[in-house]
Amino acid sequence: MRHDHIISAKQLSRADIEAVLDHAADIAADPGAYADRHADTLLGLLFFEPSTRTKMSFTTAMKRLGGDIVDMGSVESSSVKKGESLADTVRVVEGYADALVLRHPMEGSSKMASEFVDVPLVNAGDGAGQHPTQTLLDLYTIRENAGFDDLTIGIMGDLKYGRTVHSLAHALTNVDAHQHFISPESLQLPRSVRYDLHQEGAEVREHTELDEVLPELDVLYVTRIQRERFPDESEYRAVAGQYQIDSETLEAAKDDLTVMHPLPRVDEIAHDIDDTDYATYFEQAHNGVPVRMALLDMLLEANE
Amino acid sequence: MTDDDQQLRVSKIRNGTVIDHITGGQALNVLAILGIDGTSGDSVSVAMNMPSDRLGKKDIVKVEGKELSQNEVDVLSLIAPAASINIVRDFEVVEKARVERPSMVEGVLECPNHNCISTEDEPVKSRFAVVDDGVRCEYCETIIRDNLPAHILAE
Ligand SMILES: [Zn+2]
Repeated sequence: MRHDHIISAKQLSRADIEAVLDHAADIAADPGAYADRHADTLLGLLFFEPSTRTKMSFTTAMKRLGGDIVDMGSVESSSVKKGESLADTVRVVEGYADALVLRHPMEGSSKMASEFVDVPLVNAGDGAGQHPTQTLLDLYTIRENAGFDDLTIGIMGDLKYGRTVHSLAHALTNVDAHQHFISPESLQLPRSVRYDLHQEGAEVREHTELDEVLPELDVLYVTRIQRERFPDESEYRAVAGQYQIDSETLEAAKDDLTVMHPLPRVDEIAHDIDDTDYATYFEQAHNGVPVRMALLDMLLEANE
Repeated sequence: MTDDDQQLRVSKIRNGTVIDHITGGQALNVLAILGIDGTSGDSVSVAMNMPSDRLGKKDIVKVEGKELSQNEVDVLSLIAPAASINIVRDFEVVEKARVERPSMVEGVLECPNHNCISTEDEPVKSRFAVVDDGVRCEYCETIIRDNLPAHILAE
């Protein structure tokens, strides 16, 4: 892969995506073979907002490659609290680590930070912007379960603020996918994402009801609708309830439907789905480690 | 009446810039882009909604004592794509150029997304790519389509 930094799913071509997923599949098949691959390598973790799982996933990936991590710690205890700029922080930590992973609440933060460092920088989520490593593990899961040919996928929930949705929708323009977006009108895709999908000539349809499209789907990707997006509790309840699924909802679905979720979920997927063949969200979460191992391996190799 | 006659309706300048063929009604936005509010003391002339063969109606702005930077010309091109820029030295037009739509404008517009890193106190300039029908923040990807002058960065 020729990229120094992984900032947005938009920079990934079909060939890049396939290369990472193929490498991840090799790693998943024989993780022991990669155990000493990056001994003495340090990955710098800069998490400006809490995300235990993503952080653990990167930590696990680096340690399984034989390396280790250096962690900025919580924002409350760091110099950031004293008003240091992000540009300064990354320039300092660049001196400690061989690659950086950044999670930050503001959109465009990874893009900006990457302009100040020479070591590879990976965006682990920037506000409502992008989350490309989540997209890669989503794509890995989709490829394993439903394939990339003539794929019909429904993406449901908060499409406006969900960065995992924005990244995924764009990446799916690289494969033969029919994309259906299911959401309340107030949480439809933002203008900039529509613009990109339009530019890419993607086949996209929007719905407010899942049952309009459920029987056609190979994959249903569910995201959480957050209470804080609504002015009052009752409005939230009215909307959120419509986008919850349980095993009864799925009676109208294909037998081989794959149900995915970037996790954590609250109540949008009922627990009675967990033990069915539809449920793929825990497998999806586990895929984060081999996919991140593959990505880190390729970035570090290219940078040596 | 020729274009030259029209230009005479507003006073000749000794040194500065004449911006002609501004889209009718956009002259005040052009002044806003150039950060000209009359307080510097240099003379500024504005003619609005003059008849024009090419545009139907056009505005003209003459600014004494100022030559435009490339950045200013770039943003100008977004709201007045047909504008021509005449640099005047000692009452003579020494340079005449049409504006060109740039692929990027830097450090002149402020991103309207308050959660965009470019609006923070970081050592970067705001940067917008020029897209089909607007501009797009290079950091957060927000697209601005309407009312560009409202997003001009305060100095
Ligand atoms: Zn922005």
